[in-house]
Amino acid sequence: MPTKEAAQARDRAGEPVVELTDVERVYRMGNNEVRALDGLTFTFRAGEYWSIMGSSGSGKSTLLNLLGCIDRPSSGSYRIRGTEVATLDDDELSEIRGQHIGFVFQSYNLIAQLNVLENILVPLFYWDEPPPDAEERARMLAERVGLGGRLEHKPNELSGGQQQRVAIARALVNNPAILLADEATGNLDSKTAQEILALFDELHEEGKTILLVTHEPSVGRRAEHTLRLSDGRIAEVTHNREGAST
Amino acid sequence: MKGGLMRTVRLGVSSLLLHKLRSILTTLGVLFGVSSVIAMLAIGEGASKHAQELIRELGSQNVILRSVKPPEDVVTGGQQSRMASYGLTASDFRRMRDSFPGVVRAVPVSILQQEVRYESRALNPRVLATTWQYRDVTGRPICEGRFLSPDDERSVSNVCVLGYEVARYLIPFESAVGKNIKIGSEYFTCVGVMLPRVPLSADPPQAGADVTGEVFIPMETGIKWFGDIQVKIRSGSREMEQVELHEIYAQVDASEHVELVANAAKAMLARNHNQMDYNVVVPLELMMKEEETKRTFNIVLGSIAGISLLVGGIGIMNVMLATVTERTREIGIRRALGAKRKHIVTQFLVETVVLSVGGGLLGIALGLLIPVIVEKTANMPTIVTPTAPLLAFGISAAIGVIFGLYPAWRAANMDPVDALRHE
Repeated sequence: MPTKEAAQARDRAGEPVVELTDVERVYRMGNNEVRALDGLTFTFRAGEYWSIMGSSGSGKSTLLNLLGCIDRPSSGSYRIRGTEVATLDDDELSEIRGQHIGFVFQSYNLIAQLNVLENILVPLFYWDEPPPDAEERARMLAERVGLGGRLEHKPNELSGGQQQRVAIARALVNNPAILLADEATGNLDSKTAQEILALFDELHEEGKTILLVTHEPSVGRRAEHTLRLSDGRIAEVTHNREGAST
Repeated sequence: MKGGLMRTVRLGVSSLLLHKLRSILTTLGVLFGVSSVIAMLAIGEGASKHAQELIRELGSQNVILRSVKPPEDVVTGGQQSRMASYGLTASDFRRMRDSFPGVVRAVPVSILQQEVRYESRALNPRVLATTWQYRDVTGRPICEGRFLSPDDERSVSNVCVLGYEVARYLIPFESAVGKNIKIGSEYFTCVGVMLPRVPLSADPPQAGADVTGEVFIPMETGIKWFGDIQVKIRSGSREMEQVELHEIYAQVDASEHVELVANAAKAMLARNHNQMDYNVVVPLELMMKEEETKRTFNIVLGSIAGISLLVGGIGIMNVMLATVTERTREIGIRRALGAKRKHIVTQFLVETVVLSVGGGLLGIALGLLIPVIVEKTANMPTIVTPTAPLLAFGISAAIGVIFGLYPAWRAANMDPVDALRHE
């Protein structure tokens, strides 16, 4: 299974998948300007596993929104798999999200009226031409996250950990350039959180590019590298040996 | 989005089923709106068709002149019995027939008050003395035998044609043709039976003297035996009336000329009569008036239905706006996972259309049921035209689209970042 998954990945290890150049994001609050990101330049490469950390107000959420293409930089350049997204319009941004981004949220955010299989399929639902093997892919991913036997269950019939596994399967179904996890373990008890983190480790070993946004140092250390933000700038980059090994 | 619409519809239905009661209540407005449109159209159509039929029987290309008893002079000298002479005359008829260019044929009718009897059964129907052309002018069909013929007139023979009700009452179990019917003090041979006037309504044939019917005899025969003096006995007082002709039917060659002929006839009558003892009836005019009434009726109905559908639509919009707010987070998730604005618009539009069309379909069912109930209980004719349900269906779908657009637009224009943060 892992080899097959790895073979499916489009990005060759070490190639840049996300390139940020002089990215600024300025919010206007009344007469005040809030500079949430202040000239950020950074490159995430294929197969890397990063945690993005920082106190609240450090620009962490803003960076996450930009990386996830639900927001646009005020200035600067953001390229994902080589495509410049800073200048795209709303429809094109949606297309980029559907094709290249995998979102995992803190509160799972599954759609209540859909069952597990349908939830996993949602990103492909909005493709202009859904891949012919969409359902097969979704089943395989459900199997991969350990929910192969619960395809017909509705989210409210699953535990938090199970819901988050569905969310991860959903985030992977479009074979994204980056898997963006926003406090993915924040709503889970420590045991379940460890299981989810172990799943991320496995995905990392399969060659996925993972960006984990968190404020918890213990979670942050699980990643290969940590990017620490402060006042909208990069404050520190650390390489965690232990993260790669565990 | 090729095969996607079906999936979107399924998704919409399952979203609506999450709140069953709310969805059902939401559809009620459209349901009642649509059903009232259909029911009211059916009832209106039925009533108007009935009136149209009554008028059509008079003949749309005819001009009908009628004798009318003029208003009584105030000279009532305490006399209980007096002779009143009024109405259309034979010379009116000849003028009608001979000197009007557009008139194809003219038929005189005089109505006799005579008892009609067969063996022990007797009736007091209207005995119409007329010519053989009466049938051509009114177009009334024969049920059995034949109508009066030119020969009957030439030979001044004692023949009669019975109206359907009269025949059924006098000779219930046999054919009336060939029977000898006594009219007044003379015997007449029955040669035919007419079809009933207005299509027999649901009420059963009434018994005895209540039967209103008609008996036709040749004009000349009528004059020969009964003259033109009618004796009317009215509540004790004895009234003598002298009326030559009660009605003149004039058939016009084309409906465009009907008005012309009617006006000329009025002018002719005004010249020759020194009192208002006549009346000119133009069925075509009546029909047009009826059309006018029907149009007014439809406008009123349309407005009522329109208002109820509007209210229904606003109800749907209201609920959809609430739904959009409630599902802000879902919208955020879908947007984050790649849904474009058009996808969100489609999703919510489909839900509103499913609601309104669902309401519309139930409304059609109810709307088809109401006329049946009305017909059974109120004994009113109703007609459901096939266009009514189609129209109602179209309207309900349109309402879904119109009132769904704004909520859907609101949903699609939410900022994904804000929508995701929404609790």
